[in-house]
Order: sequence, then structure tokens, then C-alpha cells
Amino acid sequence: MKKLINNPDNVVDEMIEGYVKAYPQYVKRLSDNKRSLVTAKETREGKVGVLIGGGSGHEPAFMGYVGDGMADGVAVGNIFASPPPDPILEVTRAIDKGAGVVYVYGNYAGDVMNFGMAAELADLEYGTKVGMVLVTDDIASAPKKESEKRRGIAGEFFVTKAAGAAAEKGYSLEDVVRVAKKANHLTRTMGVGLTPCSLPQTGKPSFELEDNEMEIGLGHHGEPGMEKGELQPADQVAERLVNEILADMPVENGEKVAVLVNGLGSTTRMELYIMFRRVEQILSEKGIEIHRSYVGDYSTSLEMGGCSVTLIKLDNELIELVNHPADCPMYVQK
Amino acid sequence: MKFTAEDLKTFLKNVVDVMEENKDYLSELDRKIGDGDHGVTMSIGWQAINEKLKEELKTEKDCGKICIIAGRTFLSAVGSSVGPLYATGFLRGAKVFHGKSDLTDEELVDFWVAFIEGVKDRGKAELGDKTMVDTLQPALESLKSQFNQTRDFVAAFSKAVSAGEKGMMSTKDLLSKRGRSSRLGERSLGNQDPGATSAFLILSAFFTTVNSVHTV
Repeated sequence: MKKLINNPDNVVDEMIEGYVKAYPQYVKRLSDNKRSLVTAKETREGKVGVLIGGGSGHEPAFMGYVGDGMADGVAVGNIFASPPPDPILEVTRAIDKGAGVVYVYGNYAGDVMNFGMAAELADLEYGTKVGMVLVTDDIASAPKKESEKRRGIAGEFFVTKAAGAAAEKGYSLEDVVRVAKKANHLTRTMGVGLTPCSLPQTGKPSFELEDNEMEIGLGHHGEPGMEKGELQPADQVAERLVNEILADMPVENGEKVAVLVNGLGSTTRMELYIMFRRVEQILSEKGIEIHRSYVGDYSTSLEMGGCSVTLIKLDNELIELVNHPADCPMYVQK
Repeated sequence: MKFTAEDLKTFLKNVVDVMEENKDYLSELDRKIGDGDHGVTMSIGWQAINEKLKEELKTEKDCGKICIIAGRTFLSAVGSSVGPLYATGFLRGAKVFHGKSDLTDEELVDFWVAFIEGVKDRGKAELGDKTMVDTLQPALESLKSQFNQTRDFVAAFSKAVSAGEKGMMSTKDLLSKRGRSSRLGERSLGNQDPGATSAFLILSAFFTTVNSVHTV
């Protein structure tokens, strides 16, 4: 796989260096860990800090979502690997304005351990209160009866959105955690992979697929999915994904949702809008109201081909949070 | 057997080398059931320890401190899930070695007990979950029982490595229950677990080290 890189061992640090230089109005690096980034703006005393993070390779996630109305800081890990506790702890200290910090991250063994250790250290060493919100939106990663085992994928965008907006509106730590958990509870995602990604260090594709195949329900690190199937037209793929989501989380006629059609890296906007077209038709046919839509690359897997569909069911509180403006380097909503 | 701080550092260096040699092999195993980076991750972590061996640890005589630095360095370099797991192993083991520059056979056994129990505490995986515990747990049981019977550390550790190897091989027939590969279910069958494999490499590197110390 061709890549525009220098030394494969330096891709994460060089990316962060470029990112920070590109958006000095938005983000700055902290001093101890070169992978600890926080908002460049001074956040207000008494505001709950929102900390996100995870492996790199998902750009614009996660660092692209540091900004007004979203996260205050991010800890960046190696490619597809959780950051260690040190950078998480450093960001925690920087964004704690006396009201505590909430961690929003995907439910992966590594993230659970590293963010867990960081939270313990923050409490022990600095007395910082930390709330934890695990994102578990990937319905293909475990059956519904084991939903606590599910992984976090593109739906983390909505959970971060809810937490970030709530924190900016002045919610308490307990309430930011509550709405973020509610957002997670009402968010479901399922994806389909068409072509693998390759890690810069190995150069090898993350999985094998024939030209006429797709991987249904794959994870966003190139983990193989639930099953391989014959590549279908976009309409059928959209139907499969939406129907699986609605079977998992029924949405009644008249209820409202926000929709995210997320590209995994190398799938074009053209394809994503073709997918969205059918998603919209299905939801309209069922009388489900789309309150707001997001179509684009929100959480990728390097250059993987494919997309995911996310639905979040909205109540009045979540509608208000989804509507809240945001201004981040990679995502702006007026 | 007399095992010194220098021997402990030789062990760490042996792991550095063995991880570098097996980097592609471990990534290849991971590619079949995970995201294909296990060899890369282990290499990043052990290379970071290698840097410490060349500088900060060069003159260090306290085996406890060596383990603390190894654990913290590995954790900060990799994060991931192996970071906290091995860091916890080293930090628990560091307590056994605290303030000591020469280690007895008993202390070496206690180190591995603390190390492996630490990994298990942190990761909460059980035997049979298709993880590094499938290598470490049988190795631990074998080490404890053999050493209690014979008081011969080298022979006991040799048995432990064989038990670990058997455990590693057993992961081929196991369904993955932990980590990212668990989503594969039946499709994880037939593939050896990369974490169990790198755990075996660490145990064998330790055996290589004690063997060379023993025969000198």
C-alpha cells in the first residue's frame, strides 16, 4: 500500500506536530507528553472538562473533536492502540476547572485499563473527580444480551457531542455523565468493509477480501467482521445496516433520530450520499423523523473502504444537545 | 544459582532481541484474528526499554528499580492493552526485588508469581479465554509445583517454559473471549493467540538467560 509518510515509526508524532501547527487557534500541546492536546482557549472555571482519546488512525477522531462544544482535551495513542495513562493524566490536570472531568472513550480492553488507571491516579494524586463514559454502539461486536461487551465505533461522535454540549451549558459532572451515558444507550452503529487498511509499520492489509466480497459488521481497526458476504448494491447494504440497527433498538413512528453515515477512510462522499439517500428513504417510510444528519468521514480506519450507519434516538434533552453549536478543527456546526 | 542485576538486564535485552526477531511473525498471527499490530506494539515497547538499558539503567543495581523503570517505560511507550498488563506484571515483581541487587532462587520464583498474578489481576482473563494467560497460568503452576518439589530453579523454570509452550499451542483450539478478537467467535478457531505467543517468548528469553548464568 502506498503512503505519503516518512519513517513509519514516526507517523503519529509527525501527524500531531502537523496538526498542532495547522490549528494553533484551536489546540495546543502540553509540555510533558507530546501526545497530550488541549483546547487553545482558556476554558471557564467551574466547567466540567471533557476528555476524549484512543488510538490514532481514526482521524478526524479523536483529536479533531477538541474545540468549543465538544472536548477540551485528547490523549492520542499509537495506531489503533489506547494511549497510556501518563498523557491522559496530563490532559486531565490541564482541563480540570474544579468541576471534575469526564472521560469518553470506546469500550476496548486497552482503553478500559489505561483510562481506568489514569482515573485512579487523578483521584489519588490530585483529588480530581473523574466520570467515565464507555461507548458501546457497535451492534455487530456482541449480541444484545451482552451489550455491555460491545465496542465503541462511529457513534462515539454523538456521545462526545452530548457530553461536550452539556459541559458547555454548565451541567454538573454527574449530569454530563448522565446525558453522555443516555446518548450512548440510545446510539447504535453497524458498518460494512469493502477494502482493508494497512498499518504503516507492517504495510500488510488488515484482512483479505475478494473483489466481489464485503465484510459485514467489521470493527473500526480492520478486525474481521461477523461474516463475509457478496458485495451488494448500496441500497441493499443500507437496508441491511438500518434494519439490523432498528431490530436492536426499535424506533417508533413519530420518534426522532440523528443519523451519521460515516466513511471509513477511502470511500468517497459520492458513495456516502448514495448510502444516505436510502437510509433516509427507509426511515421516512417508517415515519421516523430525521432531526439532523451527518455524512462524511467522522471516524475512519486509515484508508479502509466502507462505511457505517449510526442512529441516535433523540429525546428533548438530547435534541437540545445535538443542536448546540460546535467549533472544532475538523467539525463545525453553527 | 546467583542471579544479579546485570543478569536481569541481560534478560531484558534478550527479550528486546527476541521481540525484534519475531515482530513480523507476531503481527502476522494478529492479522488473522485482530488488527495485525501485536509485533509492532511489542517492538515499540521493548525498544523503549532498550533505550533505558543503554542509559538510565546502565549502572542501576537495584533489581526493584530496574523492574519499575522497565514497567513504566513499556506502559508509556505502548499504552494499548499489553501496556497495562506487562507494566502491572513488572511493578508487582518489583516489590519482590525491592532494594536487592542479587537474587535467590526463591526470589526469582516469587517474582514470577507476582508478575503473572499481576497480569491476571489487571486483565481479568481466565484460563481458556485465548489470551496470554493461557501461556502464563500453566507456566506459573508448573514453576511453583516443580520448585517446591525439587528446589532446583533452572529445572523448574525449564518445566515452566514447556508448560507455557503447551498452553500457547492450546490457544489454537480456543474461542477468543477477550480483547478485540473476541468478536470473531468461531472464526478465531485454528489461530494461535499472538499475546500467548509473545508471553511464551518472554518466558523463553528468561530461561535462556538463567541457563547462561547457570552454566557459567
